[in-house]
Amino acid sequence: MIICKNITKTYGTGNTKTTALNGVSFTIEDGEFVAIMGPSGSGKSTLMHILGALDSPTEGTYTLGGQDVSQLSEEELTQIRKNKIGFVFQAFNLLPRATVLRNVMLPLIYADVPPKERLVRAQNALRAVHLAEDRWEHYSNEISGGQMQRVAIARAFVNDPSIILADEPTGNLDTKTGHFVLETFKRLNREQGRTIILITHEDDVAAFADRTIVIRDGEMVEDRQNKAITSVIRVDNKIA
Amino acid sequence: MLVSDLFTEIYISITANKVRTGLTILGIVIGIASVIVMIAIGTGSQKAIEASIQSVGSNLLTIQPGQQRSFGGGARSSGTTQSLTLDDATAITEKIDRVAAVAPTVSGNEQIIANGNNANASISGVTEAYAQVNNITVASGAFISDVHEKKRAKVVVIGPDMRDEIFGADVNVVGQKIRIGGLNFTIIGVPDAKGGSGFGSSDDAVYMPLSTYQQYFAGDAYLSSISVNIAEQDQMTIAEDEITALLLTQHKIANADDADFNIRNQADIIAMTSSVTGTMTILLGAVAGISLVVGGIGIMNMMLTTVTERTREIGLRKAIGAGQKDIKQQFLLESIVLTFLGGMIGIFLGVTISYGLDHFGITSTQVSHFSIILSFSVSAVIGIVFGYYPAQRAAKLNPIHALRYE
Repeated sequence: MIICKNITKTYGTGNTKTTALNGVSFTIEDGEFVAIMGPSGSGKSTLMHILGALDSPTEGTYTLGGQDVSQLSEEELTQIRKNKIGFVFQAFNLLPRATVLRNVMLPLIYADVPPKERLVRAQNALRAVHLAEDRWEHYSNEISGGQMQRVAIARAFVNDPSIILADEPTGNLDTKTGHFVLETFKRLNREQGRTIILITHEDDVAAFADRTIVIRDGEMVEDRQNKAITSVIRVDNKIA
Repeated sequence: MLVSDLFTEIYISITANKVRTGLTILGIVIGIASVIVMIAIGTGSQKAIEASIQSVGSNLLTIQPGQQRSFGGGARSSGTTQSLTLDDATAITEKIDRVAAVAPTVSGNEQIIANGNNANASISGVTEAYAQVNNITVASGAFISDVHEKKRAKVVVIGPDMRDEIFGADVNVVGQKIRIGGLNFTIIGVPDAKGGSGFGSSDDAVYMPLSTYQQYFAGDAYLSSISVNIAEQDQMTIAEDEITALLLTQHKIANADDADFNIRNQADIIAMTSSVTGTMTILLGAVAGISLVVGGIGIMNMMLTTVTERTREIGLRKAIGAGQKDIKQQFLLESIVLTFLGGMIGIFLGVTISYGLDHFGITSTQVSHFSIILSFSVSAVIGIVFGYYPAQRAAKLNPIHALRYE
């Protein structure tokens, strides 16, 4: 469970002081699929950095799974990222000179998981995102964008984190493959009960989530439950 | 992170850009190889000079006319002063027990003519003892004997190089005639080649009886030098003192500072040349060391480029749980691996070149274990020193900025 209370983030001091987030409060339960939406410059990226333990709020408290994360040191934040958070980025950020399997295993390497267990968990994760087995030994720059993003999703949840943070995950994909990636998130949420937070500036992407939190000018302006979308799970292995 | 994971990462990284990795390693290879070769040349020439001095005879004291001067104090005044005579040599033989052999010598340069060729030769008037004192062995014929000395015989022994120059290589010249200063001499022997050059090489010398030389060429009774062979090496210093005292008495000189002769100890010459070649070795090593430092800077340059190129990757690694320590050890180990590889190749190359130089007779070299251990540790240290800053920079990157880096 995520509890954000009065999160404020300011940069600089005195005259150059700018406020990126101004007293944002919300709660996300385990197993929710939430979209955080806002135009660029709204502060949603800053919010993602704080939720992802990449940054600390200037004021307010952020509690993740009962632990106060808001005032931790750099080293403690690393531990939080390693064990509790999975990231999916717009630019995929896979290691180009490593195989698909090795990319997925990377978080487990840093988490000191033994090699045999790594392999099993990485294979399970790749199966869960429906990536064909003949792609597993390919280098990550030899597969398509949609496949890359699914590899990135597999990497995000392979270490069984409390939340998966996806920052504009469809931004570099065409609509069709983008939808398939979003369906993958939805399926992981439905089938495995994973907590997923989707950061986006697009309404139709946010619509895939169950709930939308709208940020504008550093403040939360809306928190609504989305209507159920008709096509919920349309698993299609042939979409590559 | 397991050690095997670390090495897998490094393998992926350094094979990603093989040309750049190769060129960077080349800097270290050249540095290490030149350190080894330079030190091998220095050590080798030191050994060669020492061996050349040893071949002359290590238990040797050389007495020359003229005042004692410190080493390096310019040319000796040998020959300009005339103070040593055959009586001095006889006195040393008779009165000093430690002496094994005494070889009085007169020398000068004369034109020699034979077989239609002529050459300017260094002529030495010597006695039978000369061969023993200077470790001369005869390849064919015989050396100057006491009988020749008594008879003032017109006989010569010519060095193998001089023989080759006048008569041609390996011609049997014993019994042949040779003209020196208008007089006919008979060749009675040729010594074995001793090799080397400079320091007392006898391969192009011409020897004749001392009495013959004094009568026909020198025209007086003075000696150019007296070489004394001491029976035991550890008595060199005592013998030197005794000879000094004896000669001062012979020459009726009260104060040792006014001595009209000087005594050179072979051990002193070895010590002097060792210190000269030692300095040369250090100098050569230092020049090579500079290239090693330049190689190290090459490593640092490459690592900094790598860190910049892989900024996003570092950001990602941090986002998924890599700590500062993980990032730092990865980049530090990467530079250590590079210098280690360069060091190994450099040692192999350096040793090969050193043996090659020696084998093909270009210059004498001797690879020392010291230089291998030195360059090995230096290359490891370079990896750490020049890899630390880039690794530190990678570890300190802010993951948010790193992920956004284009």
